[in-house]
Amino acid sequence: MTQNQALFEYLLRLGDSDMVLGQRLCELVGNAPALEEEMAIGNVALDLIGQARSWLTLAAEVASAAEIEGAGRSADDLAFTRDERAYRNLLLVEQANGNFADTMARQYLFDAWHFHLLSALSHSADERIAAIAAKGLKEVTYHLRRSSAWIKRLGDGTDESHAKMQEALDEIWTYSGEMFIGDEVDTLLSEAGIGADLAALHNLWKADVQAVFAEATLTCPSMDEYMQRGSKKGLHTEQLGFLLAEMQFLPRAYPGASW
Amino acid sequence: MIQSYDSANKNQPLIATDRAGQLLEQPAIDRIWALLDEVPDPEVPVVSVVDLGIVRDLSWEGEQLVVTLTPTYSGCPATEFIEDAIRDALHGAGIGNLRLQQRLAPAWTTDWITEAGREKLRQYGIAPPVGSASKRTLLGEEPDVACPQCGSHDTVQVSEFGSTACKALYRCNSCLEPFDYFKCI
Ligand SMILES: [Zn+2]
Repeated sequence: MTQNQALFEYLLRLGDSDMVLGQRLCELVGNAPALEEEMAIGNVALDLIGQARSWLTLAAEVASAAEIEGAGRSADDLAFTRDERAYRNLLLVEQANGNFADTMARQYLFDAWHFHLLSALSHSADERIAAIAAKGLKEVTYHLRRSSAWIKRLGDGTDESHAKMQEALDEIWTYSGEMFIGDEVDTLLSEAGIGADLAALHNLWKADVQAVFAEATLTCPSMDEYMQRGSKKGLHTEQLGFLLAEMQFLPRAYPGASW
Repeated sequence: MIQSYDSANKNQPLIATDRAGQLLEQPAIDRIWALLDEVPDPEVPVVSVVDLGIVRDLSWEGEQLVVTLTPTYSGCPATEFIEDAIRDALHGAGIGNLRLQQRLAPAWTTDWITEAGREKLRQYGIAPPVGSASKRTLLGEEPDVACPQCGSHDTVQVSEFGSTACKALYRCNSCLEPFDYFKCI
């Protein structure tokens, strides 16, 4: 694997996770439990889709410059014409919205990872990655602030909100480990100073979630539990196909359609 | 150097062209800054794209004007709209040979909003960013936001996100009015 092939793959992972979570959150526009939360969810989704565009645009540039698989495709092509098996988003982000506690549990576990990941990438040896990460980090700081506040509020709230929050956390937990399971791509780019060191990232994330759960009076599930994996090879849960079918319908039904 | 635009001359073309729309002379950079200071932000039309610090640099490369822009938020839906508005304004002034380029680093910060821009936001009913952007936001430190309606500091955050990603929703406990706060990033 050349460094450019690894870089292309790495950028797809970054872009796809942002994209799929952004799309999931958009399902709540018109459906959120409160108007303020609906606006917040819509704005978080917009930030994520914007970041996805930056990563996928860079992925397309890298592919074209290095003439590797995917050459000649634009960011839109990458988003709208790849099938499920070619998607590289985390299994965590494709999970359904569920109830509000489920939505916030998924969001918080992702935001805590995203925040520390972008902090690390803002020092990447690749200036293009550092620039996108530094910009995204400012936005993600507010995402994390909001989702950790909700974990505490629901966890340390009424008996019912506490029970729902704990249940949501226990349910989604099995998808959290994948964020820290590296492969050849991670090793190659981390050694080159371009990608993040996953072990360091895991420690920062652990400290973050343990502190927030303690404050929220929630029990942190075991870090040693079996964790679902597969997205780095394009193996997804059944949830992703439905999401892509909706997201990709228009450009696939009317190729080349524009505003 | 940002120059204020002389509103008395608003109907005069800012930059002279002949009848075919050809530039009679290459306009000075400060006149172009003044021209762009008339281009409103599509979401908060009281402030210009110059007030917001989106326009980072203007320069002539031979016959071509190069406009460097830094987008505010990654997903800001106004980004393309702003580019079109800038292009329109410059074309309208006879500058056809131009190139717009995006600069991502350093990332846009609310610290770049001009003093004039902050005052215009306040008058429009949006509380301008308090202090400068820093990681303190993450530690949950609440900024001391004054109500743009009555000036009271007895205000409370209703939601971390307001009508757009760049704003939070607040309420004033003195006059009871809700208002938008332009968050520091
Ligand atoms: Zn007031």
